[in-house]
Amino acid sequence: MAERMGFFTDTSICIGCKACEVACKEWNDVPDDGFVFRATSYDNTGSLGADTWRHVAFIEQRAPAGGDGGEGIDRWLMSSDVCKHCTHAACLDVCPTGALFRTEFGTVVVQADICNGCGYCVPACPYGVIDRRERDGRAWKCTMCYDRQLGGLEPACAKACPTDSIQFGPLDELRARAEERVTALHEAGRPEARLYGESPDDGVGGAGAFFLLLDDPEVYGLPPAPVVTTRDLPQMWRWAGGAALTLAGALALCFGVPSRRRG
Amino acid sequence: MAECHPVGFQWVVEAQARGAKVFHVDPRFTRTSALADRHLPIRAGSDIVLLGALINHVLRNELDFREYVLAYTNASSIISGRFADTEDLDGLFSGFDEETRTYDPSSWSYEGTGEEPAAGLRGEQLEGGRRHAEAAGAEQYGSGGAAATARPPADPELRHPRCVYQILKRHFARYTPEVVADLCGISEEDFAELAGTITANSGRERTTAWVYSVGWTQHTVGAQYIRTAAILQLLLGNIGRPGGGILALRGHASIQGSSDIPTLFNLLPGYLPMPHAHEHEDLAEYLTHAGGDTGFWGRKRSYVVSLLKAWWGDAATEANDFCFDYLPRITGDHGHYTTVLGQIDGTVKGYFVVGENPAVGSAGGKAQRLGLANLDWLVVRDLTLVETATFWQDCPELETGELRTEDIATEVFFLPAASHVEKDGTFTNTQRLLQWREKALDPPGDCRSDLWFYYHLGKRIRQRLEDDEIDRPVRELTWDYPEEGEYRDPSAQAVLREINGTGPDGRTLSGYVQLQPDGSTRCGCWIYCGVYADETNQAARRRPGHEQSPVAPEWGWAWPANRRILYNRASADPEGRAWSERKAYVWWDAERREWTGHDVPDFEAGKPPGYRPPEGALAEAALAGTDPFIMQVDGKGWLFAPAGLADGPLPTHYESHESPVPNTLYGTQANPARRIYDRPELPYNPPMSPRFPHILTTYRLTEHHTAGGMSRPLAYLAELQPELFCEVSPLLAAELGLDHGGWATIVTSRSAVEARVMVTERVRPLRVQGRTVHQVGLPYHWGWGGGGLVTGGVVNDLMPVVLDPNVYIQEGKAVTCDVRPGRCPRGTALLDLMEEYRRG
Repeated sequence: MAERMGFFTDTSICIGCKACEVACKEWNDVPDDGFVFRATSYDNTGSLGADTWRHVAFIEQRAPAGGDGGEGIDRWLMSSDVCKHCTHAACLDVCPTGALFRTEFGTVVVQADICNGCGYCVPACPYGVIDRRERDGRAWKCTMCYDRQLGGLEPACAKACPTDSIQFGPLDELRARAEERVTALHEAGRPEARLYGESPDDGVGGAGAFFLLLDDPEVYGLPPAPVVTTRDLPQMWRWAGGAALTLAGALALCFGVPSRRRG
Repeated sequence: MAECHPVGFQWVVEAQARGAKVFHVDPRFTRTSALADRHLPIRAGSDIVLLGALINHVLRNELDFREYVLAYTNASSIISGRFADTEDLDGLFSGFDEETRTYDPSSWSYEGTGEEPAAGLRGEQLEGGRRHAEAAGAEQYGSGGAAATARPPADPELRHPRCVYQILKRHFARYTPEVVADLCGISEEDFAELAGTITANSGRERTTAWVYSVGWTQHTVGAQYIRTAAILQLLLGNIGRPGGGILALRGHASIQGSSDIPTLFNLLPGYLPMPHAHEHEDLAEYLTHAGGDTGFWGRKRSYVVSLLKAWWGDAATEANDFCFDYLPRITGDHGHYTTVLGQIDGTVKGYFVVGENPAVGSAGGKAQRLGLANLDWLVVRDLTLVETATFWQDCPELETGELRTEDIATEVFFLPAASHVEKDGTFTNTQRLLQWREKALDPPGDCRSDLWFYYHLGKRIRQRLEDDEIDRPVRELTWDYPEEGEYRDPSAQAVLREINGTGPDGRTLSGYVQLQPDGSTRCGCWIYCGVYADETNQAARRRPGHEQSPVAPEWGWAWPANRRILYNRASADPEGRAWSERKAYVWWDAERREWTGHDVPDFEAGKPPGYRPPEGALAEAALAGTDPFIMQVDGKGWLFAPAGLADGPLPTHYESHESPVPNTLYGTQANPARRIYDRPELPYNPPMSPRFPHILTTYRLTEHHTAGGMSRPLAYLAELQPELFCEVSPLLAAELGLDHGGWATIVTSRSAVEARVMVTERVRPLRVQGRTVHQVGLPYHWGWGGGGLVTGGVVNDLMPVVLDPNVYIQEGKAVTCDVRPGRCPRGTALLDLMEEYRRG
C-alpha cells in the first residue's frame, strides 16, 4: 500500500472563489446542482451531495453589539468542505456490494459500476457527505481524484486553489504542516485557530481530509464530535448474539428438553 | 482583488504570510475584506478626499522621503505666476471656459514657459486645451508624458511660494481627518491607523503598494483618482522600487495589450497619438504636436517611421513622407458613447462588435439598443449568441413597444469566434508581461480566431479593389503572413515578429533604441521591440521561478526591454547606490561604469549618476544621470502635472455627477470638465435628489465574467450565482420593507430593474455630513438571453452616460437610485413607472 494521502484545508486563507467546486465538476464530470438562488450569503450550491463534491460555505458573522460596530460585519468565514475519507469509514462498512472500497492511497472511493443504489451508506456517514443521485439512484462522493492520483497528479480542487487553502499530500506531512500553521496563527494573535479532524484519536480514527477552522465546527455546519456510525456494531452484534443464544437456551428449556414424567 | 482577481490574490496571501499588512478600502465588505487585516468602508465617490488627506498627513508632518522627492520629482519646480488653484477659485483652476466647459492648460505650465516656446516645449500646451479635451488627447501621453520644458526653474529649498511642493501643501491643506470622517464616512481613528501604517512602511527600508481597479477609474474624476495615488506614492518614495508602485488590475486577460496595440480610437500602437484630420497635414507637423522632444519620447520620429514601414513596407519612402497620409484621421471624439449617439442619429451606419456585448454590458443599455436598431449592418463576433446579436428579436424595448422587430432594418451578421484555447497568441497582463500561449485544440465548426477573421477579410477586400487612388493605402498594406493548417490561419508568430520589428538586414531587432528615423527599420509597436529578439519568441519563455532569481526575467517578456519594474533607476539614490540593502534592486557599478542589478535597469546602461546634460540636448541626452523618469520630458515624477490632463494639474475632490450630498469642500459641485450629454436617451438623476436618495454602485462577482457572455452559458459557473441580487444593509431593508431572499426594484431615471434581495451586514450605512447614507450594491452579470442558463435584469440599463474628460470612462461606480420592494413592472407599466419618477 502506498502512503496515505489526504487534504488539509486551511480555511484561514480561503477566499471563497469556488474554483475547487468548478475544477472538481470539470474533472469528474459531476452534473450541475440546479440554478437556485438560496439567499445564503454567496453560497448557492447548499451542501455536499451527489452533485457537489466540494462545497464552499460562507458564514457572515455580525460584529459584537455596542458602539457603531453593531451594524457591521465582523468576519466572513469561508470554508471548502469535502468528504473526510475517514480512517474508520462507516459508508464502507455498510456497503453490501463492495462498491465502496479503500484505495492504496488510504482514501474511500465508490465504484459506480458496482453500486446498486441500496443507499445504506447515506445514513451511515456521520458528516452527511455521501448522497444518492436522483437521476440514477447510485451513491456519489469525492474520490480524492483517484484517477489523477494514479497518474501522479494532485486532485483537481487542490490544483485549482489559488491561495493553497486546499493542500494535498501525505497525511503525516499535512498534519505536521497544519500544526505549524496553527502555532503561527496563535503567535500572530489569532487564538481561535484550531484543527478539525486531524486527530487519530477522534470518533472516526482521524479524517483523511482535515481542516483548520477559525470557529467552532458547528459554525461551518460540521459535527462537533463525529463518531463512526458503525462503531458499536461489533458490540451490538455481540449483544445480539448473546441475546440470540439466551433466547435459544430459553426456548430449549421450554420446548427442547423433554420433561421427565414422574412415574 | 480576491473577488475579481482570485488567482493574483495568491501573492497577497503570500505577502501576508511574510508579515505584510493589508488594508481594504471598499464601500462593501467583499471576499477581499474577508482576508484583509482591516476593511475601511468608504462612501463610493469620495476617494480623493481619503487620498488627499493622506497626502496632507505626509506633507504636514514632513513624512515625505525628502531625498527621493527632491531628486526624482518636480517638487522644487516653479510654476507660472498665472496659475490659480482651486483654493483661489472655489473649486476651479485657472483657464476654465464656462461656455465650452474645457480648460486652457497654458497657465499650469512651469515658470518661463507658456507665452514663448522654450526648448522642448511643443504644440499642445500652446494651443490650449480645446483639442486636447475634444479627442481624449490627455490619454495619448500613456508612455510619453505631455510637452513641457526639460529644465524648469527650481527652488531646492522648497520655499518658493510657487514651487510645486508649496502649491501642493496649500492645495491639500483642507483635506483633514475631520473631512475624511465627514465625507468618506471613515472615522478619524481608522484614518490615523491607515496613515500611520503606510508612512511607517515607506522610506529607505520599506515600501507600500496601492492596488486599484475600476472602483477607482469609473468616475467622472477617474484619472484624477489615480493621480492622487501617484502623488502620494511619489512623496513616500514608492515608485520604481520593489514592493512599491500603483498596480492597476485589469478587467480582462489582455486589456493592457489592447491599449498597447490599441483598440482605442485616439491611439496608434505604442501610445503614439492618432493623427488629427485638420491639424496634422504631414509627418513633420504631426511630430511637432505629438509630445516633447526630451526624454526617450524625443525619439518619436523613429517610432512613427518604423511603424509606417511595418505597415506599408517598401511603399513607404522618405519622398512620400513614409505614407503618413495613408493613416486614418480623427476629427474629434469617436469614443464608444459618441458612436452610439451617432447610430441613433443615423450618422453611423455599420458596427463591428468583437468580444463585447454592449446591449447589456455598456452603460445606458437602452441607448445602446436604440443605436443597434438604427444601423444598416452589424457584425458580432463572439463565442455564443450574445444579446447584442439577438436584440432585434428579444430586447426589452419590444415588450414596452418602443421597438418593433419588423421596423428594425439592421442586417446582423453573427460570426462564431474561437476561444483563447483554440488559437495561438499572447496575453499582456497588468505587469506589461507578454505571455505566449499555444493553441490546445482546433475551434469547433465555423468558429475562427479574430486574427483569421481580420486577415482573410483584408485579403478579400484587397482582391475586390480596383486601381482607384483612394484604395491605394489598402492595396499597399503589407498583408502577407504565412498561412497554417486546414483553415489557412495566419501565423501568430509572424505577426508578433512584425510587431517586434526588423533591421536593414531583415533580422529581428533586440530593442527600441535600435529604431531609426530614416526608414531603415520596421517595427509594429516600438514598446514591444525586443519580444522577438534573436529570432526567438521571448514571450514563450517558461523557465520556472525556482530555477531563476525572484525577479524571474526568463518567464515571458515584459515591455519595454524586459524590465519588470518601470523607472527602476529610482530604486537607487542619486549617487547610484541602493537606498538600503533590504530594498536593493538596480544600482551603479562604479568600477565597471554601468548600471546593474536584479532587473534590467530602466536607464541608459552607461550613463553615470554624475551626468549633466549640455544646453540644447535632445531626447534622452537631455536627462541627467539622476533623472529616473526617462519617458517624461524632464525626467521627473510629476507631483504637479503642468500639462496632459483635461481637468486640472492637481486632483480635487468633486462629487459624482448624481451625488446625494453637496460638495462641502468647494463651491464647485462636480468635475466642471466632465462630459455630459443633453439627450433624451441619456437622462440623469439630479444631484441631491430626494427621489433617488441612495448611492448605487456596481461590481463583479468571482463566479461570472463581465456581462456574463462567457459565464451564464456555463452550468458550473451559472449555478454558483444564478440570479441578480442587490446587497442592502439590514437598516435600509427595514426602512424600505425589503425581505431577505425576496424581490426589490431598483430605479434610476434611465430604467428600473428587479433583483433578489440580499440583506447583509457586509453593507454598512455610513454617517456622512451628519446624516445616514445608504449604499446599494448590484453585480452586473445578467441579461435576458445570450444563450444563458440563467437570466436577469440588465444593471447597465440603470447607469448614466457621464464621462471622465481625460479618457471618456463612464461613471458606473457612484450613481444614485431609489429602491422599492417587490418586482419590476413589465411592458408599458414600466414606462408608466419611469414617467412617474420623471414627473417626481
